[in-house]
Amino acid sequence: MSEDQNRFIADHVIGLPRSGIRDFFELVAGMKDVISLGIGEPDFTTPWHIREAAIYALEKGRTFYTSNLGLIELRREISSYVGRNFGLEYNPQNEVLVTVGVSEAMDIALRAVLNPGDKVLYQDPCFVSYHPTVMLAHGVGVAIKTDAESAFTLRAEEVKKSWEPGCKVLMINLPCNPTGGVAERKELEEIAKFAVEKDMLVISDEIYAEMTYEGEHVSIGTFPGMRERTIFLHGFSKGWAMTGWRLGYACAPVALTEAMMKVHQYSMMCASIIAQDAGIEALRNGDEAVKKMRQAYQRRRDLVVRRFNEIGIACHKPSATFYAFPNITSTGLDSVTFAKRLLEEESVAMVPGTAFGKYGEGFVRCSFATSYDQLVEACNRIERFVNSCK
Amino acid sequence: MNEVFKLLAEGERLNDRQMAEILGLSVEEVEAQLAALKEKELLLGWIPVLNPEKDDSLAVRAAIEVKITPERDGGFNRLAQRISRFDEVESCYLMSGGYDLLVVVKGASLHKVASFVSERLSTIEGVLSTATHFMLRAYKEQGYLIEQPAEDKARLDVTP
Ligand SMILES: Cc1ncc(COP(=O)(O)O)c(C=O)c1O
Repeated sequence: MSEDQNRFIADHVIGLPRSGIRDFFELVAGMKDVISLGIGEPDFTTPWHIREAAIYALEKGRTFYTSNLGLIELRREISSYVGRNFGLEYNPQNEVLVTVGVSEAMDIALRAVLNPGDKVLYQDPCFVSYHPTVMLAHGVGVAIKTDAESAFTLRAEEVKKSWEPGCKVLMINLPCNPTGGVAERKELEEIAKFAVEKDMLVISDEIYAEMTYEGEHVSIGTFPGMRERTIFLHGFSKGWAMTGWRLGYACAPVALTEAMMKVHQYSMMCASIIAQDAGIEALRNGDEAVKKMRQAYQRRRDLVVRRFNEIGIACHKPSATFYAFPNITSTGLDSVTFAKRLLEEESVAMVPGTAFGKYGEGFVRCSFATSYDQLVEACNRIERFVNSCK
Repeated sequence: MNEVFKLLAEGERLNDRQMAEILGLSVEEVEAQLAALKEKELLLGWIPVLNPEKDDSLAVRAAIEVKITPERDGGFNRLAQRISRFDEVESCYLMSGGYDLLVVVKGASLHKVASFVSERLSTIEGVLSTATHFMLRAYKEQGYLIEQPAEDKARLDVTP
């Protein structure tokens, strides 16, 4: 009998690519004294008042399942927060669904709407899970190019160019991990019109919205005809430094929320009640802490972007997120070689752009959510490395 | 508010050269901004934050509630300023509520602090009464936590 257990594994799972992040993680894991600019999460621990709320929840014995949709108090806070800050109105009773991170929200949104073979337009480079999550939902991903010439903004022209018959969903992430790209209001309006014209559903992941340094954050769901076709995704991981709590949410019109709820109810049941209690505190009293973290990131951004350009790896100034995405082609290396050699020769970790999609070639992602002295030292090492490539 | 001030307010200890590197300024520019902050008395100066649990020179500290008689010109100011000038006084605040001044006093021994209060403070003309509270243990000093378990920052080296 064959010892090969692959025969038990589903074809579409066998077909999933390994994450480029994971490959890179394994390289870094074996090394000492690495300065890592490869970490896609805040370096701040969760603000104390939020942690305290969770301790209190435990003390009070709040250790049970919650409603499938999530605690109504949390859904009310979400509804009011999203109304206040994004200009989107959702009824906390039946249009807000609390999830285990945006990761789960994205998964159940896609599983709720895709039939096998349906196509999903998504921006590239993008968060590593996007394409695999589409594949796991038996969909087909269609990449939309974003590029350095337009500071990785999402442009209507590229969306239209990438569209093909069978595209049912447009999945976007603005501001974007890994590029820091956003979309100008005019472009987003045009994209919204196009979505209406082609009758596409839009899944909008706005998890980095709080990390907007310049300009306004615009939600695609606010344009005419969009509310009925938009699933708004957001979560606590980035803005409130709560990655480990695993808490996010999806907001959408009743029928879509109900459909996602079905998938959620039979797979996840509900998000952790302790995390949900912490989330209530985060939305009620977290604005100050979020603002302080944003200001700290902004100064770090200014530092790394200035240094990268001085060093000769051209880098646009991202108006949001804690990622810089410099162009490393001046070194004559491709992304993976650059990242590997930088790690081996100078012990600095940055993730190759190709981990985020084919249009990431020629770039690396630098997460500047780390301390000043580490950033200054990392930039000095990168400078030495880049000079050695000349 | 200048750039140097915003950076200082984040609370990391940085020297002039590091601040210059971070802000993209020359060291001279950083020094000029620091000088401007001092000029405006927004930045009063620098002192190390010592751990009262370990630093023997701070062996005893007390918070003293002081009631004083306000004066026709200047209210509490003249007396408060006079009290502030003693070396033993670490800080001095005008308070709302049941007393007027909160005076934090430090000294090498219980006896020294007690005699400062009884011989210096309470004998000042206009001081009506004092109530002395000796501090027994510090849990947080100027924003720094004391003898609490360090945070275990378990971030992975590479994450999506
Ligand atoms: C664009 C984007 N979406 C979603 C996620 C996942 O977030 P969560 O922790 O809420 O699952 C991340 C995390 O890196 C992200 O960058």
